Amino acid sequence: MPRSLDPAASTDLLRIDDQLSDDERLVRDTVRKFAADRIMPHIADWFEAGTLPKELAPELGSLGLLGMHLTGYGCAGMGPIAYGVTCREMEAADSGLRSLVSVQGSLAMFPIWKYGSEEQKQEWLPRMAAGQAIGCFGLTEPDHGSDPSSMKTHANRSGGDWVLNGAKMWITNGSIADIAVVWADTQDGIRGFLVHKGARGFSARNIHKKMSLRASVTSELHFDDVKLPASAMLPEVRGLKGPLSCLSEARFGIVWGVTGAARACFEAAAGYARTREQFGRKIGGFQLTQGKLAWMLADLQRAQLLALHLGRLKEAGSITPEQVSLGKMSNVRTAIEIARQARTILGANGVTLEYPVIRHANNLESVLTYEGTEEIHTLALGQAITGISAYR
Amino acid sequence: MNIVVLMKQVPDTWSERTLRAADNTLDRDAADAVMNELDEYAIEEGLRLTEAHGGEVTIVSMGPEKATESIRKALSMGADKAVHVSDEALHGSDALVTSAVLAKVLERAGFDLVILGSESTDARTGVLAAMLAERLGVPQLTFASKVDIDGSAIAIHRLADYGYDTVEGTLPAVVSVVEKINEPRYPSFKGIMAAKKKPVETLTVADLGIDPAQVGLAASATEVVEWAKRPPRAAGVVVTDDGDGGTKAAEFLASRKFI
Repeated sequence: MPRSLDPAASTDLLRIDDQLSDDERLVRDTVRKFAADRIMPHIADWFEAGTLPKELAPELGSLGLLGMHLTGYGCAGMGPIAYGVTCREMEAADSGLRSLVSVQGSLAMFPIWKYGSEEQKQEWLPRMAAGQAIGCFGLTEPDHGSDPSSMKTHANRSGGDWVLNGAKMWITNGSIADIAVVWADTQDGIRGFLVHKGARGFSARNIHKKMSLRASVTSELHFDDVKLPASAMLPEVRGLKGPLSCLSEARFGIVWGVTGAARACFEAAAGYARTREQFGRKIGGFQLTQGKLAWMLADLQRAQLLALHLGRLKEAGSITPEQVSLGKMSNVRTAIEIARQARTILGANGVTLEYPVIRHANNLESVLTYEGTEEIHTLALGQAITGISAYR
Repeated sequence: MNIVVLMKQVPDTWSERTLRAADNTLDRDAADAVMNELDEYAIEEGLRLTEAHGGEVTIVSMGPEKATESIRKALSMGADKAVHVSDEALHGSDALVTSAVLAKVLERAGFDLVILGSESTDARTGVLAAMLAERLGVPQLTFASKVDIDGSAIAIHRLADYGYDTVEGTLPAVVSVVEKINEPRYPSFKGIMAAKKKPVETLTVADLGIDPAQVGLAASATEVVEWAKRPPRAAGVVVTDDGDGGTKAAEFLASRKFI
């Protein structure tokens, strides 16, 4: 952390960021400055109003955030740690903003980049990298969340075409997406399809009244006899490993991202403790508060080390899904505990949008559940440890 | 058009800055190093001018090895290449010596326009533009909040208390800029990747044909003899309004020469 942002707070006591390369630090500073200039002045209002301005996407695109870890097709081609740092700095602003970036890059662009035809890549990736086209990822269904292999959405062949029917639920960016990557069951297993906005029979409705990730669009998608040409299918992958590989990419971003949310909460709590007075003295001088802050910092730095370690493994190309599961399970839990602890230090102020803490705490409830619930990641680890699957 | 932007790496303005006890020079290890903020505006202006008139932007920076980090940032913003003057012998050089070294680099590189921030946040002398213009024998157009180029004619708005003066000259010239001039761009990720491949030439004083004895602390015309930490901020003055609050406030402002 540069000491510049909060001279008095030491949020990186272990100087973990000294391990970053010059480029990665430059990425960090760029995203942090963009967030400070363009997101932080408005985020509480966006959260309260339940909106996210779509104009942000081209700005993020021109910075190069969208699909930054992919190569070619207008993507920046950066390494996994730079991607992680970006997620961290975006989520230090808001988990909803990080969701926008990770859904676009890891869930929508990644499958096209990895499993798409050359025509699909040429058609979509440059526009998506520039933020001129938004993508979403449809796997979860109303009745099938942790168990996607039981999905009801299906695509049947009709001559040379496909006919898609079904529904997807909790889809980030769904209603603002120009292109949906939809996973559907077919006669020869689960396949991915690119469904254009405006395709006949395709509709998206926003999910309202959510108390988390409010500065993020969440939708349900409906497919009612949607006719798709053969060229809409992603040719290079079959089976659940397609969507799961995308999720592994995105979860890696979450491992990093939540350390940003946790850091923001810690900074808010530490700053508050240094200025708030009760009983004629700063509350930061009370041992209970110091105990909370000390453990928050220790937990935060452990989470950051874990993220960096997974980044190194990913850089080396040896990262496994179980390792990502451990990171996602552990870091999201750590972040949510830090957010809740920070809330107690801020007292009643901790529940207002004047401070970032309750916003992060609420957001992290979604992050705990999406892209593999804490329970499923726990069971993935249980299986890795014992060799016995608890759910299959 | 061949534009050279001078860029300096400085200790982070927000961190605790200090001088070294041994020789009263800046302790560069005591704080994180960042690009001098006004230089970002200088780079942005250089980039905008080449976008409008063609040509390229060369970054010239004098500083220790770790200044490469700031040079990389400048290249990531879009500058085309860089010259890094790095030599232990330069340690402790004052503005006069610095201007002599930079003038050599500029003569060697050639230029139509030199742009720099109007001051650096560490030493804050604000004299480099004038010194360089004198050494190079070209016009100086300082404290610019706007730059217009038409052929070989250059005109700037020089910010003043009452508005601005228009200052005109001919290229080649030296221009220093203030932060009102533009809004610096962010280094884009593609820019960061592209910067890795951009040429950075590293020069020693010997490469510039300068005698090492003519630079550094010993050769400098100025010297920090003594320094002290800034005293802690004193408590403010509380003005009680007994019907004459306005007068008292005005007197206070007048005593500080604000009005």
